[in-house]
Amino acid sequence: MAVKVISPGLSTSVQDLGRPGHYHVGIPEGGGMDRFATRIANLLVGNDPGAAVLEATFMGPELEFTQSAVVAVTGGELPPKLNGEERPTWESFPVKAGDRLSFGFLKGGARAYLAVSGGIDVPVVLGSRSTYILGALGGHQGRTLKAGDELPLGEGSGKAGLSLPANLRRAGNSPAELRMLPGMYWHRITEAAGTRFFEETWKVAPEADRIGYRFRGGTPLEFVEREQPFGAGSDPSNIVDACYPYGSVQVPSGTEPIVLHRDAVSGGGYMMLGVVISADMDLIAQLQPHTPARFVPVTLEDALAARTEQRAALARAEGHLAG
Amino acid sequence: MSIRFNFGGDEHIFGEVSEEMSLTSFFTGLSMTNAVRTAGIRGVTEICPANASFQIRFNPDIVKPQDLLRELKSMEEAALKADPVLKTRIIELPVYFQDPWTRETCLRFRERHQDPSSTDLEYSARINGYATVEEFIAAYSGQPWFVSMVGFVAGLPFLYQMVERKKQIQAPKYLRPRTDTPKLTIGHGGCFAAIYSVRGAGGYQMYGITPAPIYDPTRKVRYLSDDMCLFKPGDIVKFKAIGRDDYDATLEEIEANRWQPTVRECTFSLKDFNSDIYGINAKLMELINGR
Repeated sequence: MAVKVISPGLSTSVQDLGRPGHYHVGIPEGGGMDRFATRIANLLVGNDPGAAVLEATFMGPELEFTQSAVVAVTGGELPPKLNGEERPTWESFPVKAGDRLSFGFLKGGARAYLAVSGGIDVPVVLGSRSTYILGALGGHQGRTLKAGDELPLGEGSGKAGLSLPANLRRAGNSPAELRMLPGMYWHRITEAAGTRFFEETWKVAPEADRIGYRFRGGTPLEFVEREQPFGAGSDPSNIVDACYPYGSVQVPSGTEPIVLHRDAVSGGGYMMLGVVISADMDLIAQLQPHTPARFVPVTLEDALAARTEQRAALARAEGHLAG
Repeated sequence: MSIRFNFGGDEHIFGEVSEEMSLTSFFTGLSMTNAVRTAGIRGVTEICPANASFQIRFNPDIVKPQDLLRELKSMEEAALKADPVLKTRIIELPVYFQDPWTRETCLRFRERHQDPSSTDLEYSARINGYATVEEFIAAYSGQPWFVSMVGFVAGLPFLYQMVERKKQIQAPKYLRPRTDTPKLTIGHGGCFAAIYSVRGAGGYQMYGITPAPIYDPTRKVRYLSDDMCLFKPGDIVKFKAIGRDDYDATLEEIEANRWQPTVRECTFSLKDFNSDIYGINAKLMELINGR
């Protein structure tokens, strides 16, 4: 009753919809970086949308099933292969005991989500099966998968042949447009620096993971001069260590913006320019290194409208799958 | 003084009590977050106190951002006026200063340091006006510290020493962060001490190491079986300087799961503290020593 890991891919971990409620002791919410893909993968195989799936980054794992199940792959375009034969993404298909599931090369996006009917049945820790790698918490032994791991499966009853058409998925732009509410410590930079920040096109840096995405290629920020407050540290980008919102855009030394994601460090001593809106967090999860990206300023009302639109898109997809 | 409120995207409200660190600001932030917790506002999902600020996360599908902001502002006056009295606890934590492991790490990353010719302890002692490392350690472990924030990674406490501002120990972070820090290192950056709950990257000066786990995701350590993180904001911590023999002996006890830290319940009044810092600290430390 399990999935055996033959090879783990680059960075594959068990994730669900996360464990809110422990950020005040530094334990982030976690969960699938692309929430839409996580939910849809589960629904395609008849699971609860919050069941545990595998999140594979850039490169897929190779797995062997010890029982029959229904599986589906969503998120980035990482084509699944069953016993060497290609299978579609965003569509459920059956596997039998002894079958091997592997993946071809990534054609788009950055992260794929593999749901298996019944869900990956690792122990629930603090209300979630998600892996928090930095804290060695949850998931399979608190870490990314290794060859030889065996993942237990829950009881499921999925149906093969269910699919989500492309028009019900979200397409990204190029350059990627990340909508952001300016604020937090925005007043620390000059007006010219603020204008430039939004005008310039940045590129995703290689340091891009579940904790955060780093961007480079823009002009270093100019700070408003001040005497640094007691306890803040000497660099103009330093603040007295504060909480970091999910999606917050910090700029250490004013050079490379970092957008914190689902496994965010919960706080620290760098000023933030604002926060990427909740509706665009999934987009970040699918950005590969070197992808061009822009930050687009929006108002709180815009952010809430985008959130409503995102919920409607999810409802349309769910409605389609519910038949 | 008033709190600077700010929306952090559509899911967070950030409140900055002051730009600079002080115990008064910390207590105002703590009063605010305690009030939010007590109010049990629907849609609030995370309540995070920090050093001189705090953050509330919410679900805007359940509570309208502007409504929540209004509610927080209505709590502000009470929090600013409150004569903060905190029911808390004091925890004694053994620390082996000048240990071989942080020293080895310190030497490995010397080229990233402000002063490659000194150790972190020698450098910090000098820039803070202490003649010797021993005097610096005596100051570090002689007075208690407040846990003013828990975070960065799971269970990591930021600590602010309970002394007047001119006696606050300050040190810059490394010029470039290290890629490694031993687990349970006692570090210092700005005016804050920190205890690294897990091994990993870090930029704080390294002074010593505690044998006592402070975060246990497996919950096997006896005193971390309920809460996997030892520290909460508002806890008071007293470092007890120990040598190698005590360190080894404590570690052996911990490995047998027989050890637990000395913890005493206490009440802390900011007003009383401000009128007699060292008298209040002496009383707190007596609790630990059981006299």
